[in-house]
Amino acid sequence: MTTPPVPDVAVPTSKRQGALRRLLRKPLGLVSLTVLVLLVLIAILGPLYGHNPNFSTLKDINVGPGSPGHALGADQFGRDILARLLASLNVSLISGAIGAGVSTILGTVFGLIAGYTGKRTDAVTSWVFSLVMTFPALVLVLVLYPITGGSYQVMMVIFGVFLSPGTFRLVRNLVIVVRNELYVDAARVAGLSTFRILSRHVLYVIRGPLIISVAFLASTAIGVQAGLAFLGLGSTLVPSFGAMTSDAFANIYTAPVQLVWPSLTLALLTGSIVLLGNALRDVLMDVGGVAKAVKTKGRGHTSERDTATPHIEDDAPHGGLLALRNLRVSYTQPDGSERLVVRDVSLDVKIGEVVGLVGESGSGKTQTAFSVLGLLPREAHVEADLLSVGGDAISLSDPAAMRGIRGGVVAYIPQEPMSNLDPSFTIGSQLVEGLSAGMSKREAKATILALLARVGIGDPVRTFKSYPHQISGGMAQRVLIAGAVAGRPKLLIADEPTTALDVTIQAEILDLLRDLQSELGMGVLLVTHNFGVVADLCDRVIVMQAGEIVETGDVRSVFTSPKHSYTRELVGAILDENTVRSDPPPRAAGALTSEGTK
Amino acid sequence: MTSLLSVTDLRLSYPSRGFRAKRPEVLRSVSIDIAPGETLGLVGESGSGKTTLGRAILGLAKPTGGTIVFNDQDITHLSPRERRAIARDVQVVFQDPFTSLNPVLQIGDILSEPIIAQGTSRSDAQKSVGDLLDQVNLPANAAARYPREFSGGQRQRIAIARALALRPKLIVCDEPVSALDLTTQARVLDLLIDIQRQTGVAYLFITHDLSVVRHISHNVAVMFKGELVETGTAAQITEAPEHDYTKSLLLSAPIADPDRQRERREQRRAMKSFVTA
Repeated sequence: MTTPPVPDVAVPTSKRQGALRRLLRKPLGLVSLTVLVLLVLIAILGPLYGHNPNFSTLKDINVGPGSPGHALGADQFGRDILARLLASLNVSLISGAIGAGVSTILGTVFGLIAGYTGKRTDAVTSWVFSLVMTFPALVLVLVLYPITGGSYQVMMVIFGVFLSPGTFRLVRNLVIVVRNELYVDAARVAGLSTFRILSRHVLYVIRGPLIISVAFLASTAIGVQAGLAFLGLGSTLVPSFGAMTSDAFANIYTAPVQLVWPSLTLALLTGSIVLLGNALRDVLMDVGGVAKAVKTKGRGHTSERDTATPHIEDDAPHGGLLALRNLRVSYTQPDGSERLVVRDVSLDVKIGEVVGLVGESGSGKTQTAFSVLGLLPREAHVEADLLSVGGDAISLSDPAAMRGIRGGVVAYIPQEPMSNLDPSFTIGSQLVEGLSAGMSKREAKATILALLARVGIGDPVRTFKSYPHQISGGMAQRVLIAGAVAGRPKLLIADEPTTALDVTIQAEILDLLRDLQSELGMGVLLVTHNFGVVADLCDRVIVMQAGEIVETGDVRSVFTSPKHSYTRELVGAILDENTVRSDPPPRAAGALTSEGTK
Repeated sequence: MTSLLSVTDLRLSYPSRGFRAKRPEVLRSVSIDIAPGETLGLVGESGSGKTTLGRAILGLAKPTGGTIVFNDQDITHLSPRERRAIARDVQVVFQDPFTSLNPVLQIGDILSEPIIAQGTSRSDAQKSVGDLLDQVNLPANAAARYPREFSGGQRQRIAIARALALRPKLIVCDEPVSALDLTTQARVLDLLIDIQRQTGVAYLFITHDLSVVRHISHNVAVMFKGELVETGTAAQITEAPEHDYTKSLLLSAPIADPDRQRERREQRRAMKSFVTA
């Protein structure tokens, strides 16, 4: 259900935008990037201002902003504030670059190596980085201050080293996930060198989180450098925001405005870096939002309903088990338009009848089945002229009513048996839970054990006590079938119940379903793409294509004389069990015969 | 014997968890032969070791015994450098077309990459991308797009094009059509057969689906629990199987004819069940 139906050969034409352009589209990204670029430009062009930031004149002590020669005034030593501000900006940017650079390079290089190589290399490297992580970075930078010789650059290198475990862990964990992807295997088979695989495939895929982490590391480094300077560590000849705030702080009663300039610039700088990081994360990790789904809800549907004309005349007074008329399911697209995935689907299931709902991926067959169960995600807009189960009309928009029919009148068997069992509870407790409403615990347990034996589980007591990971996929599907029929449902909805299973197990599960169906007289709605399964189990077939029913009919007539062209195409695509490839291998035709007789 | 690939008594067991625990053997003395231009269908259920055999041939899994000889060269244990040289001749198409293509690379880059890695210049490699796309019936403008813009069938075509890029002698196809819709599946199979007729490439075609195997294979090998239980021509295996497991496998696959399926069901039920799920 995740892939949109795209014709197989035609290539869709959609607009693609680079990450940078998408970043500039976002107000947050545009503003923060502009501010940051401006600050960097100012820092680079700073020396052109021509004032020595450390030159002090007694006559200019504490002159206010706008004084001749001092646009922002001068501090208590008579030094030009603007010149100091420009120099500080320079220092801050270099600090950020060094801190973030050192930690990113160290963390990324070792993270890539550890994550990709695994085993012993990973264990040793991870251990070393965990050790570094246990050191309190700030305290160590203070302790190591004497060996830096007062240079803020060296301090930032040390700080970068202590920040690197964060990047290392991020990169390593991302790489471990990517390493197991098939495209990395394919690259290895294609003969790419390890370096090329790492730089091109792995690093490129994980660049998003990495860029964001760089932004946050840079702002941390800038903050720490300013903080250290504020405490008076570092050369007094190097102007920095920390030193400037410290000076201004001492001077706060005389000239409070001096505190504004360094704080404001520092705030602008770190703020723009962090917000740019946020915007980048949004851009690079954008999944295409459902944000607008709520807005359009409840409007526009009435008009749709008026125009929709029912396909099938409502002749029978819903004597059947399930009756569905003109079901429509739509989703709101990121651009605000509605995409209809199920259009005007009407179907019936009679008591004791097995109906197959067939179609390819994206045909809307699962969406239809899930609407009857009320299990579609919140973003789906579901409506129908009529849904009646066991003769009672039910409103699709009433969650309580939908909940009432699930597990009682209607039961469900999923496609992936394993993911439908909670790994942290025993199978017994999960099955008993569904029954506990009407009977005592002991009764429920006895019922479940009997059911487990009925669905062909050899040792019911052991399975009852097992956790899901202790049983096989085929067994898990048996367990789920036991759970589904425990409430003696009238209608069983099975969504590709055997697709995830091996053929021999599939055959047994189909046998079980057929036996249970005739035993309990259930109606079954079987969603599948496998025509063999349909032929094995179903009385009637409904064929869906692109959200619409194209053909319904008795199982034999659909197979032998399909009416709709799409059904013919589907039936024609079934690989005939009588055709065996007969042409000899293109080369070496002679070699084959000698091998065939071997 | 002019076999292209010859696997003899291959054994493979994964490292055990815990000290002195039993090492589970995934492959137990498996031997197969593939002639140039031939398709060998490898059938088996999950856990039978068929994918592991493919990965061992590709150098993605390390065998613990036996030999793999390709083109008269022992490739059982190759250094990474030697392995890269073999890449020219042995390629792969994986099952899942959604994870086998790097989502952040354009199709053109995905296809030219193996060619560039073998020492061809970037511009020459890019020229051959158009031919490759043409070979798998995709329009040339696909090169500037990303994998997410394509459907499952189209992505599998791209994966096939990537495997063809180096004009290999053998392609290991690991369930290449089982994630695809029925109509798409038929088209991709026909494409694979066409390519084989044109280029004379040999396939090791791994699948669990007997109808697919019948369609594409010259010879078939059946695996069960890490062992080869039966080998023969496609007609032999699918029409007159000898081993009980092969028989039960054949009868288990439901066919799209209600009446004949009923007959088969009864036949199968008469037979002793081979697996206990």
